[in-house]
Amino acid sequence: MSLFLAYLAVLAALLSAVTAAIDGRSPWIDAFIAKGLGRWPQQLARVRHSLAAEDYAARHRQLLFTLLGGSGIAALLAGIGALASGAPLVDTLPFGLPWLSWHTRLDPLSGFFLCVLGLPLIAVALYGPGYVREFEHGKHSLTTLGLTTGMFVAGMELVLLADDALLFMIAWELMSVASYFLVAFQHEHAANRRAAFLYLLMAEVGAIAIILAYGVLAGFGGGLTFDALRCAALSPLWASIAFVLALTGFGMKAGLVPLHAWLPEAHPVAPSHISALMSGVMLKIAVYGFIRFAFDLLDQILWQWGILVLVIGSASAVLGILYALQQQNLKRLLAYSSVENIGIVFTALGLSLIFLSNGDTALGTLGLVGGLLHCLNHALFKSLLFLGAGAILHQTHEQSLENMGGLIHRMPKLANVFLVGTLSIAALPPLNGFVSEWLIFQTALQAGSIQSGVLRSLIPTASAVLALTSALAATCFVKVYGVAFLGLPRSGHIAHAKEVGHRGMLAGPALLAACCVLIGILPAPLINSLGNLTHQLTGADLGNISTLGWLWLTPVAPEVASYAPALVVIGILAVGWLCYHLLYRRTGLEPRRAEPWDCGFGGLPARMQYTSGAFSMPIRRIFQPAFEVQETLEETREGPAGTRVTVLRYRFQVLDKAWLGLYEPAGRGVLHLARWVGRLQTGNIRTYLGYSFFTLIFLLWVIS
Amino acid sequence: MDWILAILETLLFIGAAPLLAGWTKRVKCRLQNRKPPSLLQPYRDLLKLYRKQPILPHPASWIFRAAPYVVFAATVLTAAFVPLVAVNLPTAKIADVIVLVGFFALARTFLVLAGMDIGTAFGGMGSSREMTIASLAEPAMLMAVFTLAMSAHTTNLSQAMNYVLDTGLVLRPSFVFALGGLMLVAVAETGRIPVDNPATHLELTMIHEAMILEYSGRWLALIEWASQIKLMLYGVLIANIFFPWGIARDFSPESIGIGVGMIALKLALLAILLVLSETAFAKMRIFRVQEYLSFAYLLSVLGLLSHIILEAARVHH
Repeated sequence: MSLFLAYLAVLAALLSAVTAAIDGRSPWIDAFIAKGLGRWPQQLARVRHSLAAEDYAARHRQLLFTLLGGSGIAALLAGIGALASGAPLVDTLPFGLPWLSWHTRLDPLSGFFLCVLGLPLIAVALYGPGYVREFEHGKHSLTTLGLTTGMFVAGMELVLLADDALLFMIAWELMSVASYFLVAFQHEHAANRRAAFLYLLMAEVGAIAIILAYGVLAGFGGGLTFDALRCAALSPLWASIAFVLALTGFGMKAGLVPLHAWLPEAHPVAPSHISALMSGVMLKIAVYGFIRFAFDLLDQILWQWGILVLVIGSASAVLGILYALQQQNLKRLLAYSSVENIGIVFTALGLSLIFLSNGDTALGTLGLVGGLLHCLNHALFKSLLFLGAGAILHQTHEQSLENMGGLIHRMPKLANVFLVGTLSIAALPPLNGFVSEWLIFQTALQAGSIQSGVLRSLIPTASAVLALTSALAATCFVKVYGVAFLGLPRSGHIAHAKEVGHRGMLAGPALLAACCVLIGILPAPLINSLGNLTHQLTGADLGNISTLGWLWLTPVAPEVASYAPALVVIGILAVGWLCYHLLYRRTGLEPRRAEPWDCGFGGLPARMQYTSGAFSMPIRRIFQPAFEVQETLEETREGPAGTRVTVLRYRFQVLDKAWLGLYEPAGRGVLHLARWVGRLQTGNIRTYLGYSFFTLIFLLWVIS
Repeated sequence: MDWILAILETLLFIGAAPLLAGWTKRVKCRLQNRKPPSLLQPYRDLLKLYRKQPILPHPASWIFRAAPYVVFAATVLTAAFVPLVAVNLPTAKIADVIVLVGFFALARTFLVLAGMDIGTAFGGMGSSREMTIASLAEPAMLMAVFTLAMSAHTTNLSQAMNYVLDTGLVLRPSFVFALGGLMLVAVAETGRIPVDNPATHLELTMIHEAMILEYSGRWLALIEWASQIKLMLYGVLIANIFFPWGIARDFSPESIGIGVGMIALKLALLAILLVLSETAFAKMRIFRVQEYLSFAYLLSVLGLLSHIILEAARVHH
């Protein structure tokens, strides 16, 4: 039943792609309908009438997104079913190579990630019809958008269902290539084309690493099905090679430092609902690939891998958020923050690997659960924030934080929904981001149980980095909300912004916000439902998680740590209400409206506010070595001997060190190599004949 | 019964916070050869603010009006989690010390958002500086707390205090480092000299005051009260985690009486220590604060590492 639902999800996504590709008004469709309905002239007339109607485009759009939403609901239900039942469902599809048909499998791990995919997809389906309306009369056809979106979603769902390396890679490539077209959707800007090319390049380099990783396993396992790969008996060296290849491939897709530089280029330039899917969901598919490979397929776990993952994860987390803090483009900022969150997930997975290799299954499970929960949470709040940023873009055509301000007065409903996302991603209690980070901290704090002194001191250091990351994340998102939604508008577009008109464009983010609050307040039932999953991967579950009842979280034992978010919320509401009642209702003193304090000079224009760049200046200065800051100050002087400065222009740009340190040298290296190889091409026919001759001789020698 | 006691303890906590502020001010005046105000002056100030009509600046949104309530509620809830006169109260179970740090962050976030809500340069400046300081101070605090958590094998404050009480007075290098780190953080987080000056109204030097510049009346009363509670919270954390002796371990009237007396004594001493350092040092430039806080962070991490290297190894062998 669950597997059927999962197939249904893939089918619905593909159907959405097909529907987008078919323009109901083209002549051959008309001929097709005329042929099919020839015998029923009344129905034919009705169909033709509806195709010719004014609102055909709107209906077509609605149908596309309804199918996507259906895919999301089916994926969610299939995922819940797989999580609840626990038994893996396997199936063989009659596609693929003659000697290797496609194997599919739905187990709790893929079920969990189907849920991670399903929820944002439903929100996107609600949000999409309103958002893509503006593309209708633009330069770009909705056909490409709808077609590639459907294929992108279907690709992601197939990755989760794949049970052999071949289908996995086919689905993986479908996902990567379809999303390339989505990144390149608004291709009139050179920057977008460049970002899309870079994205494709990195995706393919990553795919090669993954193929090689599977190749190592297949070489020892004898077969491409995951069952055969699981049986592969590897020496620690080969296992490590496979692990590093997989970490490179999946890490490249997930945006781990130092391979992350393509991510903040590519994610923001896609249409916003696609950015939400890419950052919210596609990165999680990469995490899924990594978990499947490291926790499920590989037959052993070495503690060195755990250290590697922990170090890379911590570096991604802290660098991601530091760079995010310095972005002025809202969508770019959100993309960098994805690097940070993926870093947190990998930190948790690294902890889990270390504990598992140490034989401590219970703590390994706790780390894994923390990482998985953070995956889900990030999918929820990052999609929410991208959809919110898209709504601002849709209403005001503004992406730069430097031009925003005061949106809470103009878009109050969106502002409230966005606030929930902001508080969640800033990891503040009692919302969901805090719960997963709390679990990760609890895992790290159990480092005392490890014998090796090096590991014991490394883990607290990683948790120190995590603490710094979460504090910086709070700063970053307070800045986003404060600069974009509060204060005075910094540009005309923003000052004349109106609330989003389309109801779905609010309902989508609101659905995600509700999930954030719900998971934040009642995390225990969700974590309990992961029991089947952890049994599958580590052979243990968090039996202690709700020793005190379903309101409580007690990850290790009640006396070690306990947290009851629901009681905390009740407490805070009670105290807040009591204060409000005593202070406002009882005194009845209405506040008096007045001008803000302006030091008596009169008039506070919007330009006197702190800007986004100014807000993060102290952090930029404190963490100077992490950035490459380019500052220029232009002066225009007038008057005798140029003593009077009339115009001052200050610019600054924060560059990513990964660009300068890794990407550009690699790019130069490739160009250099190409030029060197290019010497083969002399353009002289005799040389080419010589090449052919020597090749023939060589082949003859090989054959004989 | 336990719950009633817990609520009473929380009420005592929030009720006594202005008294601690008054005592601090009084000691400071004495040290600086000024005539001190009455010990009850903070209560009178709060009452006066409560009765005044508040002023709402024009650009304010609902965040500005809601922030004082959120800040106060979050701080009161934090006060409920921290054992003041007795350990083993049921409220200590609801949240552990990481949640406590999270609640400080929640209160701070709303205060900062309210500062940016008006759209004045002061609000933005205060907010930016507050978040910068917090993003360095919060990890230092967490690290100090983790040192304790790893020694005591718990993040539950009540259990941690029990652990220190049970093991008795042992000189642990890790605790010394963590204590140093936590004290530095406490000074920074409560906006005292040398990081911020609670008495200043000179625009360019203020941090906390710049954020709440637009508040008046009952809102200001709530925020002031919340920051008094916060000061006391840090005092209680330092006093009860590192020197928990005297805290009530059962709920008999005698031990609770002793608990109240001991915590009052400890807080009074800590306040004198704070005032001595405030009188001896001058306020730092804003970009010197990072060095101060990095030092706190370093101390805390050293504490954690020295626990792991020196102390945890001994347990294993």
